[in-house]
Amino acid sequence: MFEFDWSSIPGALPYLAEGMVRTLQITFIAVLIGIALGTVLATLRLSKSRFLSGVAAAYVTIFRSIPLVMVLLWFYLLVPQLISRIFNRPNLDIRVLASFVAFSAFEASYYAEIIRAGIQSIPKGQFAAGNALGMSGFQTMRLVILPQAFRRMIPLLLTQAVILFQDTSLVYVIGLQDFFGVAYNVGNRDGTLVELLLFAGAVYFVVCFAASNLARYLQKRLAS
Amino acid sequence: MLAAGLDWSIFLQPSFDQSGNYLTFLLTGLKWTIYLSVTAWVIAFVFGSFVGLLRTLPNSLCVALAAAYVELFRNIPLLVQLFIWYFVFPEIIPVLGTWFKQSVNPLLQQFIAATLCLGFFTSARIAEQVRSGIEAIPKGQRLAGLALGFTLLQTYNLVILPVAYRIIIPTLTSEFLNVVKNSAVASTIGLIELSRQSQQLGEFTSHWYESFIAVTLLYGAINLTVMVLSRYLERFSRLSGYIGGRH
Repeated sequence: MFEFDWSSIPGALPYLAEGMVRTLQITFIAVLIGIALGTVLATLRLSKSRFLSGVAAAYVTIFRSIPLVMVLLWFYLLVPQLISRIFNRPNLDIRVLASFVAFSAFEASYYAEIIRAGIQSIPKGQFAAGNALGMSGFQTMRLVILPQAFRRMIPLLLTQAVILFQDTSLVYVIGLQDFFGVAYNVGNRDGTLVELLLFAGAVYFVVCFAASNLARYLQKRLAS
Repeated sequence: MLAAGLDWSIFLQPSFDQSGNYLTFLLTGLKWTIYLSVTAWVIAFVFGSFVGLLRTLPNSLCVALAAAYVELFRNIPLLVQLFIWYFVFPEIIPVLGTWFKQSVNPLLQQFIAATLCLGFFTSARIAEQVRSGIEAIPKGQRLAGLALGFTLLQTYNLVILPVAYRIIIPTLTSEFLNVVKNSAVASTIGLIELSRQSQQLGEFTSHWYESFIAVTLLYGAINLTVMVLSRYLERFSRLSGYIGGRH
């Protein structure tokens, strides 16, 4: 029988906490920028201009048809080149920046679809009402449509954030030390990979299970 | 920055492992991506159907077990699940695990771990889709089946499932696309699928852009093929009286 040895976990907790901070950092930044960029993409997609809606549609389709692993590798390749052109900061960790950019750009395509559906769920009469009150298209969107749409979308946005939180573990492919990366390294160092992987799985499960139940609860409250 | 330096003849050069040129090298990756996606999807379909069906049965134990199954696989990152299948299970499962580590060829070990991981991960998602497909069928149909003297099994087989599966064909095919995309995660345990090959090609030739562009296009091509096939499947399987069907 396999003998479990959990002894290396207590000593590694500070490192694991640091890793978790990095994980949450990537998650929050990608959620914020993803929603901002996603809103822009969604409104472009719904705009009357064929060109703009085509550009937004192409963005969404491209990002949704490429594996996240490839997106991360792409940005890990591209970001250093862009950075060296824009400003010169050698002490900047390229991997962190690449992961911020990659996750934000990738999540924007998923948020764009959620937000588009949210905007489309608002009755058309509200656009007309906004116009009738003398608001511009932009004002109607910002003051009438989006506030209502976002309220309806909160559970879905949260669910997507949970998926993103899980997906951040993939920064492993560019060698960044997030929560999972730290757990893996500690396990490798102490020869307790089995225990550390199970521990990491349990932590992710607890966090995600709680957050998805919160999303479900919000959904029910909004529906009633 | 980009267009100037691209050298596509790189794909005709012999690959570092002497197996052929870099084009066949990438196609080997494509082959493993397809093998992995198809086998994982079959596992996911079988287990997902079973678990999704359990969740609609008139038995609270079945429903609770199926719900727990779905929550377990949905709330742990795919990468962590993959490492657990690949590093943890062979260690902690007595006899079978030891045999797996010692006697199975490494490539096959990676493939089996990745297939089971992706298959079970996806099965939880398919279970939810099957459940929603079954729940989309009006309750009266189940009652009508039972009233006609069908057993519960017959009612599912002959009345509910034929329509429920047709309803969820679009989501099942998009789930297949998800499997293809998720299969790239298997590169982390060293399986030589498409994204792993593109990384190796980049490392050995330093032609990262050519490699990534080719692989991204290949993923796009898989996407397009599956989407076209699914449209045929939908047209082929539609029923009169339902959305998209003949009237």
